[in-house]
Amino acid sequence: MPNITYIEPSGEAVTLNLPAGWNLMQGATANGVDGILGECGGSCACATCHCYVDPLRLGELPPPSEGELAMLANVASERRSNSRLSCQIKASDALEGLVVTLPPTQE
Amino acid sequence: MPGFVIIGAGQAGVHLSESLRAGGYDGAITLLGDEAHTPYHRPPLSKAWLAGELDEAQLTMRTPTALERKNITLRTGVKASAIDTVSCTVTMSDGSKLAYDGLALATGATPRALAVPGADADGVLALRTLDDAAAIVRHLDNCADRDLPVVVIGGGFIGLEVAATARKLGLAVTVLEAAPRLLGRVLVPLLSDWYAKLHADHGVEFVFNAQVSSIVSTQGQVAAVLAADGRRFPAGLVIVGIGVTANDSLARAAGIDCDRGIIVDACARTSVPGVVAAGDCTARRLSDGSLLRLESVQNATEQGRSAAAALLNQERPFVAAPWFWSDQYDKKLQMAGLSAGAEHWVVRGAMASGSFSVFHFHAGRLIAVDSVNAGKDHLLARKLLDASVSPTPAQAEDSTFDLAGLLAN
Repeated sequence: MPNITYIEPSGEAVTLNLPAGWNLMQGATANGVDGILGECGGSCACATCHCYVDPLRLGELPPPSEGELAMLANVASERRSNSRLSCQIKASDALEGLVVTLPPTQE
Repeated sequence: MPGFVIIGAGQAGVHLSESLRAGGYDGAITLLGDEAHTPYHRPPLSKAWLAGELDEAQLTMRTPTALERKNITLRTGVKASAIDTVSCTVTMSDGSKLAYDGLALATGATPRALAVPGADADGVLALRTLDDAAAIVRHLDNCADRDLPVVVIGGGFIGLEVAATARKLGLAVTVLEAAPRLLGRVLVPLLSDWYAKLHADHGVEFVFNAQVSSIVSTQGQVAAVLAADGRRFPAGLVIVGIGVTANDSLARAAGIDCDRGIIVDACARTSVPGVVAAGDCTARRLSDGSLLRLESVQNATEQGRSAAAALLNQERPFVAAPWFWSDQYDKKLQMAGLSAGAEHWVVRGAMASGSFSVFHFHAGRLIAVDSVNAGKDHLLARKLLDASVSPTPAQAEDSTFDLAGLLAN
């Protein structure tokens, strides 16, 4: 049950305790974190759950799939080297304390 | 001030309510859902959730607390039974009344029922809601325990997604399709055939031109599907995926113009001022006067935003190219634009490789692109269509030609 911190577009930090197996989009949308839409419900089909992962911890995540890379090419806000889709990042104890920053817009 | 009332707490209703807040509205917002559940994501129901890869909580779209924080009042398990657009009130099925300053209808759609004798047997199920999916899971378990096959009536997206999931679970699956090919309403024959082969390679049996005549049951539980030609298909579960009808009866009874859906303009406004509609329940009037019915996540969210803007007296037309996706096995089909009306199409990439796109042309111009495991093509297609930029068929077919370069010019 790792704690994940989301920095909303307003700059406000929201920390959620996510059950293992949940992805970061599920935790954020269910709890109404601002800055993530997750319209497709986690199917890697809409590119509206874009986040910037703490660059220092980016290497701890499994690399993005082809499908995620294709979606990342079309995110609404600037794509950076630490851009990921939060629906493709599964919470695990190894990610305790991870901080993700949400972009100004998803649409 | 009574504020805004939204009937329907699915994808469209939830996005609409949040878009009202994002648009600066600080009055009362009441979101009415007829299901007992808090708002949840429907797309995984036919796929990951049915396969047991997600639990119910992971489907949550918004918890009640999350909506409360936005000062959105969610009422679940309640049904609106009438709308009075003169006195601006909604009558609930318990007789209580709710006044509104502005009303949004996001009432969704209902799966078409199978109209044959015996179709009320236990185990004959459609898939729309979480409760539907839960019932399907129980019957899938029963099929696994007793080695019974699954019969899918209708080779559309829902039916084929459930077929793929049932195969993943190791169950025997037969798909009965009334037409000569799969997905005939939305796919060109080339893709219908490709999908039929994909499923056949995974062990799905197909019967085309199938006419279901009745459902046979044993002690109330489905036992088989009978076809008009006398064939009998044993079944422990029958999935009925033969389309949906828009939930427009509430609107129609209130005198709002409907035609197989609540008629809206590009800004999601209905024929009655102060009443908007969004999502599966709508039929959108296009500039050429025709009506377009879409059943998709994009339609729900885009119209939800347009409808919220309209309630706030702003115009935010939904004009983007329609897009849609379907996951079957390890293949993601992503569709941009509408291919109906295309008289010419070309394939980019090799179909045999399992990663390719079909580009559809009408009068020499690109009107739609269907991509299979080619997300980059799909996203590029949406940009090309939205910008009204068309490659030539020869350019589209040439996988070495840089289509993105057309947008840069």
